[in-house]
Amino acid sequence: MEPLALTGLEIAPSQVFGSIRLVPLLRRGGSADLRLSRRAYHEDVAIVALGGDDRSGPSLAYFSYVPHGLVLSWSEDGTAAEAAYGGQIEKQNVFRLDQSGFSTARMLHRMVKREAPRRLRFLPLHMAMEGFLSLFFGGPSIAWGEYSRQALRDGLSPRSERVIFGPSVRGLEDALRLFEIHDRQVGVLIFVAEALASAFVTSDPEDYRALHPTLLEDFYGDLIYQYGQFYDTTVPLSVAIEDKSIHQLSDLRAAADRVRAEWGAFHGFQAGDLIGRPASAQTLYSAGPFRIERFITDLDPARENHIGEMIRRDGTGELMYLKTYRLSAAQTRRVYLLSQLAANEWNLNQTAAALGTDRNGLTLRLSNAGFGYLLHPEILAAAHKSEWIARAGGGEGQ
Amino acid sequence: MIPEPIREYSRAEQVTREDLILFLNACFVCTGQREFYSDADAQRVSIEFLHAYILGNYRLLYARTLAAGVNDFNQAEIVLNLLATGRDTPFEHRAEENSLITATLQMLPPQRAWRLLEQIRQRRINNRRSRSLVRRFVAGREEIAFDAVKYRSKVRAAAAHAHLPLGKTTSARTAELGRFLFRPNRSEGTPIFSTALFESVRQAHYRAEAVYELPYTVAEGFAAKHGIPRDVFLKRIASQMTDGEKLRLQATAERAQSAVPALDPMRLSLTRLALYVLSLPREKREAFSDALRQSARATLSRTGGQTVLPALGRVAAVLDNSYSSSGSTEKRQRPLGVALAVHLLLQEAAGQGHYRAFWTLPPRPAVMGGGEPGKPLSIEARGQTDLATPLLDALEWGAETILIVSDGFENDPPQGAGEVLRVFRTCLDPRRRTTIIHLNPVFNPEELVPRALSPHVPTIGLRGAEDLATAVGFARFADGAMPLEGLESHLAAQRDRFLERVKGTGWNPSH
Repeated sequence: MEPLALTGLEIAPSQVFGSIRLVPLLRRGGSADLRLSRRAYHEDVAIVALGGDDRSGPSLAYFSYVPHGLVLSWSEDGTAAEAAYGGQIEKQNVFRLDQSGFSTARMLHRMVKREAPRRLRFLPLHMAMEGFLSLFFGGPSIAWGEYSRQALRDGLSPRSERVIFGPSVRGLEDALRLFEIHDRQVGVLIFVAEALASAFVTSDPEDYRALHPTLLEDFYGDLIYQYGQFYDTTVPLSVAIEDKSIHQLSDLRAAADRVRAEWGAFHGFQAGDLIGRPASAQTLYSAGPFRIERFITDLDPARENHIGEMIRRDGTGELMYLKTYRLSAAQTRRVYLLSQLAANEWNLNQTAAALGTDRNGLTLRLSNAGFGYLLHPEILAAAHKSEWIARAGGGEGQ
Repeated sequence: MIPEPIREYSRAEQVTREDLILFLNACFVCTGQREFYSDADAQRVSIEFLHAYILGNYRLLYARTLAAGVNDFNQAEIVLNLLATGRDTPFEHRAEENSLITATLQMLPPQRAWRLLEQIRQRRINNRRSRSLVRRFVAGREEIAFDAVKYRSKVRAAAAHAHLPLGKTTSARTAELGRFLFRPNRSEGTPIFSTALFESVRQAHYRAEAVYELPYTVAEGFAAKHGIPRDVFLKRIASQMTDGEKLRLQATAERAQSAVPALDPMRLSLTRLALYVLSLPREKREAFSDALRQSARATLSRTGGQTVLPALGRVAAVLDNSYSSSGSTEKRQRPLGVALAVHLLLQEAAGQGHYRAFWTLPPRPAVMGGGEPGKPLSIEARGQTDLATPLLDALEWGAETILIVSDGFENDPPQGAGEVLRVFRTCLDPRRRTTIIHLNPVFNPEELVPRALSPHVPTIGLRGAEDLATAVGFARFADGAMPLEGLESHLAAQRDRFLERVKGTGWNPSH
């Protein structure tokens, strides 16, 4: 685990629209040797083949609505790379899903796919989400009797999560439209009612301008959706200049610069559950001097947790690309339980002891989290029964 | 010597003064159209509330704002509201209200005046005063035949709604007007009109040649009917176009490979010309620099800016060209156009070395990667709003007067210029040696005023650069130093000047 850092970026003061606060991220130096461009997909569903071969169909697939992919091009020697605008050399693999022909689907091969020398296509945010869904996907490593036959045979499959489509987040559309993009801006932090919804960083200001509207097509956690519904405004913030220390114009200028720096520092603090947070990262692809990674924060149930993907430059660690998704509390809980099970070799008693509960308690927690299908029906029934007796008994005692 | 007792201003007077300033400020700038940060509905609801509130509480002052230099949209609103509630006018104020309404209608540009009369019908206002107003307006129009051709539906609506006795009078002029408006195809006897323009309209139905005698907007339809090629039509109709139409059709004429109608920059509104230039690609803009200069000079002499602006001393303009100055689909680039026009006006008014512009994001150099700095005409609406830096630059330059043209939404950092202004006023310049005025081209419906940067600096609504001199003159009222009486006497003086100006045009409503 290593902490996440916005290496090479600085944080500028935020812009507020209703309950949405958008914080621009500016790049200090120019680096044009990695470029991103958007590739639109118009189908209702994308099926991403993750394993197996093409002839017999994929043995493992990821299903989702994917409105766009990103095309990454880079140069090895630090010279300017060309953004692949409008390039479309991917094999068209589109078909109708049903007899009526109203819904269409697209087959895609892999999350990250090399298309040409120094160019590859990847699916933003789905890379991270796929990593999240496939955590502990294999299921119990030891065939304990408490698990259902399905769990022992197929693991967690099928594993699914629900997310919210950008336009459903109230006010996000207007906020993105009215936002004033800085000249050196390469990224943005999106807060909804002061909760960090997402972070997005590109390598080049020009790319950011082109990709800014795609933030609306991304998905967000249901907590973010609810906050958008609940709150009309952000917390009013202001930074004042201290009158006492001002004796001439140059003092005033220095104070104004200080105010700007304080805003940046404060937004960094606001995003403290993402920036500087220990995260476990997994490298997906090494593209010349760049590494494509996905990560998940340390799954502390008491804090916000994010999953995401990033591209970093080898050596300097400069952040070239970043996109994150904030997990909802339920999603965190689910993956936390799985991680505890995995740490205890899927032994229920041992895990229950580690979590400070008993076997029935853990069974109920798993069931409530949506993992009832992993357990043997008898175990589940016993847990529910003992819960019921405990409640009834508690009632008699009073 | 006994000092004169300082008069305590009552809370009521203070409220009245604040209300009036608020209303005037809104009326300078709001047009009920969509803005960058708010939609048309919000603007309308807000300004309608203000009108209803001021009309209900300060009727006489409400009528007098007609003369205070508010924009055409709000002048029309005020007239309509006054006409609709005529019975609330106290007897002693009737004459004044009537003369103000009549004078306003006379001063409005014809298209807006006729639109106002049409709205009288739409809002179902029909009383003796409104009918008399229409009657006298029609009687006083010198070229009523031209109006009847160009604004036909509106003239017809006004005539019908006010029961104008067009056919029954002995005057041949109005008799034919009635026939033209209401029964063009049903002639008693001969179909031929004796009025030349009416006759041209009749002939234009059959004869392509007659099309070129009509106003451009009317001719357009007939040209399509006769299938006249676009380039031929545009070339020959050029003499019939208004200045605004010539400006609007520059690109069209170029596309149709017809002769581009020549512009007369002396007659064009500077803000409109600036907006047109901003709509062009950057490399084509420099060709208009002379026209803009001439227009600025003409505007100065027309609006009295020649006396007001040089008196400001060493002037700096802090001009906002952030992305929000791109306006809306209804007001494309309006805030940026106003900023550019103000810049051109100040440049023309102030002597060499007495004026400097500070943009929030200076124009980009023509050659990428350096060379000389970009020309102001190549300005674009882009980037964040950082007003603090250009404001500090202007202060360091040693300006005696600073005019800030901005929509008041700043975000890099938020409230940055507001803080700088506060500290500058309280610590560095408590005696107010430097005059600072914030001119705002955008009405903010949430606050019912153009958004202010700081309470230490007056904020004035500014719809076009033509009103710059008026706005600068008005700033002393918005500053909060002037008592209510001062404001009232200012409005009364403006009313007198306004009525004098109408008299000067030789228009006699009783005719």
